[in-house]
Amino acid sequence: MARRPSTPEVVLTHAAIVGITMVTLYPVLWVLEMAFSPSQSFSMDLSPIPSEVTLDNFRDVIGTFDDEGRWLFGRQLLNSVIVSVATAVLGLSLSTTAAYALSRWSFPGREQGMAAFLVTQMFPGVVMAIPLYLLLDLFGLLDSRTGLVLVYATTSVPFSVFTLKGYFDTIPVALEEAAMLDGASRWMTFRYIVLPLARPALAVTGLFSFMTAWNEFILALTLMGSEDAYTLPVVLQGYVGDFGTEWGRFAAGAVIVSLPVMALFFALQRHFVEGLTAGGVKG
Amino acid sequence: MASLSFRAIQKSYGSTKVLHHVDVQVGDGEYLVLVGPSGCGKSTLLRCIAGLEDISAGELWIGDRRVDQMAPRDRNVAMVFQSYALYPHMTVRENMGFALRVQRRPPAEIEAAVLQAAKMLELEHLLDRYPGQMSGGQRQRVAMGRAIVRRPDVFLFDEPLSNLDAALRHHMRVELKRLHRRLETTIVHVTHDQVEALTLADRILVLNGGYVQQFGSPRELFDTPANTFVAQFIGSPSMNLLPAVGSGGEVRIEGVEGALALDRSGPFTLGVRPTDLVVGSGPLKGRVDVIESMGAEALLHIELGPHTIVAQVPEPLRVRVDELVPLDVGVTHAFDRESGVRL
Repeated sequence: MARRPSTPEVVLTHAAIVGITMVTLYPVLWVLEMAFSPSQSFSMDLSPIPSEVTLDNFRDVIGTFDDEGRWLFGRQLLNSVIVSVATAVLGLSLSTTAAYALSRWSFPGREQGMAAFLVTQMFPGVVMAIPLYLLLDLFGLLDSRTGLVLVYATTSVPFSVFTLKGYFDTIPVALEEAAMLDGASRWMTFRYIVLPLARPALAVTGLFSFMTAWNEFILALTLMGSEDAYTLPVVLQGYVGDFGTEWGRFAAGAVIVSLPVMALFFALQRHFVEGLTAGGVKG
Repeated sequence: MASLSFRAIQKSYGSTKVLHHVDVQVGDGEYLVLVGPSGCGKSTLLRCIAGLEDISAGELWIGDRRVDQMAPRDRNVAMVFQSYALYPHMTVRENMGFALRVQRRPPAEIEAAVLQAAKMLELEHLLDRYPGQMSGGQRQRVAMGRAIVRRPDVFLFDEPLSNLDAALRHHMRVELKRLHRRLETTIVHVTHDQVEALTLADRILVLNGGYVQQFGSPRELFDTPANTFVAQFIGSPSMNLLPAVGSGGEVRIEGVEGALALDRSGPFTLGVRPTDLVVGSGPLKGRVDVIESMGAEALLHIELGPHTIVAQVPEPLRVRVDELVPLDVGVTHAFDRESGVRL
């Protein structure tokens, strides 16, 4: 039986946990404090509790309209949502099939393909900004959500393929053989056996693709010219001006941008649990 | 239900040949056991029947259909995997009904088929469990159930009992026999356990190094093994093999005093099953080295000149360790010294 920890051990452990939690949460609380205070200046106050609470910053960020009186923030939020969801869906569907093929079949160019995927991860996205700009210009996709989705999906695919291939490798081939003997086609085997078992990995890579697109700034700024086409990170950056930064609105915007990601995390949390394949085949 | 016919089947991986000319006919409803040591090609042959491996040459027929070019799903065979290969995200009911669901049968028909198989295997109370919530024996039965629901032409069992403990294995062996009697379907069962082979099979195919050693009923294999490999592989404990020379109605074992009254001439390998050794009288003399008592019977390890032989005798014993005992032989087998083939 495990030894019961002594009192000093318990106290020290808890103190350490409290300390780490404080260090992690303090910057977040600071942002919250700035978002809810009326001032636009950078708060140097050590206390994370605002002296005066107001929702003005949120109202200002959300309530932006263009020259023709249309709700601009709504449109930009929609841009972000559509681009991120489409990136996750497109990226996942491309990478699950690719990863499955890489995991289950050997074919000429398999190793080289994997290596090429890895090489693309060595370069930061900015390096590709100019060629991507030229390509999108060529296809008339500048300033369009489709263009941005294509760019994001291609950049997220290599990582997703690696993660998913690693997971597919752990799913016993015998399960697929059993399904094929049960009369299932390759596609049915993939759809009814492999995909349900890969749910944790699908959740992780899907969320990763979504977040990459949701948070990306530089390519969005480069490839999207008009305010109408901006995604939220570009909008946020607008509060950091040449002559001064509206810290209150910036913080409020940051909070708004974080909320959907947090919600997604909570929603997908239970899928992250491993051990789904336990008991299928005897080890 | 269907017969199964292997016609000159060969299988190679690159330049390595793992199955050499397997040419065997299995009757409709017959229980065939493929047996042999690890790496003999028995599992490969089973996977070839299933379609999970392609054959390199020859033909495979199930009933009147040539199947070696067909996809696994079109062969109408069901397999019980050594690892069971149950779908972990499905309940027992879903596991057993999966094949019928794939065929888009009506739900009521699927449910009825699953219930019938579950009843046969006493799985009714487990239908809503997941594989992870069951014991090894229960999973094994679910794997059987999944195969039965399909009503296939041929059942393929890949070492289905090897993950069970001894008592359960014996129980399941009896269950398998009963199941075969009820279903009357052709079964191909792979095992490395010769007891399993002897007890279950109508006929046994012994493989070694990818070559068919012998194909016959358990009785044939036990009574008239085709060569020294089969002689040693079938039967437990193994047959004693001794180098011997015969002349003038006498056979002498090399390095041993005394002669046996056997009519054979020239050098050969003498085979004697442990049960066919007579301890207590006879022309040979051996020293008892080790006694393994097994309750009703005992195994005596006896030093006979430079050789050690094993005798199986009924208890209670009248011999002690280190005692010199007279020995004789009952039924004997003779094999060629060089090739090991039965003479």
